[in-house]
Amino acid sequence: MEEVRERVTSLPRLGEPAPAFEALTTHGVLKLDDFKGTWLILFSHPADFTPVCTTEFIAFAEIYPELQKRGVELLGLSVDSVSSHIAWVRNVEEKTGTQIPFPLIADLNKEVSLAYGMIHPGQSKTETVRCVFIIDPNQIIRTILYYPLTTGRNMDEILRIVDALQTTDKNMVATPANWRPGDMVVVPPPNTQEMAEERLKQGYECIDWYLCKKKL
Amino acid sequence: MACISPDGKPTESGTRMLRALKSGLGSPEEIAKEAGLPLFRVRSGLRELTQAGLANRKDESYELSPKGGELLGTLST
Repeated sequence: MEEVRERVTSLPRLGEPAPAFEALTTHGVLKLDDFKGTWLILFSHPADFTPVCTTEFIAFAEIYPELQKRGVELLGLSVDSVSSHIAWVRNVEEKTGTQIPFPLIADLNKEVSLAYGMIHPGQSKTETVRCVFIIDPNQIIRTILYYPLTTGRNMDEILRIVDALQTTDKNMVATPANWRPGDMVVVPPPNTQEMAEERLKQGYECIDWYLCKKKL
Repeated sequence: MACISPDGKPTESGTRMLRALKSGLGSPEEIAKEAGLPLFRVRSGLRELTQAGLANRKDESYELSPKGGELLGTLST
């Protein structure tokens, strides 16, 4: 029981600092600290030279320019060696013409995978599942996504989440279901009765006092 | 090492960082801008260059060491 609790509490959670690491990557030894001040998407894939992962890598490379416009860096990870990563990246470029511009962690000792809860033994005891950790410039975990081994990730959703988080931080608002940049945003709910009454006079589009939207 | 090849010569990104350091003391942000490299690559690269004695750290800034200057000189010729 104690062991299970320890394992659960050691997993990263939203709003908490991302676990520090120093790891060998295809771009040399990188520390989490090296990304301080920029947004970071740390993501894991099950293995190099596998079909779904290859489609995802091409897709991540395709959204990389959009991520850069938003001040976001990408960092991949799997339990493979640097040599395997290099060979795979070169193979992807040779076969598809897509350059992989971001670094990949070679997590052979599973140090980073375990710190971030990327190995789900029910799926695989040796491979990482498809995790996405969106980490803000203060190195706080802001989003965690887990996909099973058989399901490739949706890049539109990853970009949408980045846009939503950055919009929230900049404007102190929330974003409704299926929000896209340019859509109305949700005004945070009032904390007092006085605020609730004032809210209704402020020209927001309100369904009721607790659900008001505004244009940015 | 990402900045220095096993034969001791700086890689392309290492050379860009050494050249950026040549213009004087700089923060990682300034060096990244000057070298045209992502900040994370520069922070990691500066660690390597410092460990190899090619750059010196002064508080939060870095400068080219005499050894780094010598190496850069051999690349220019």
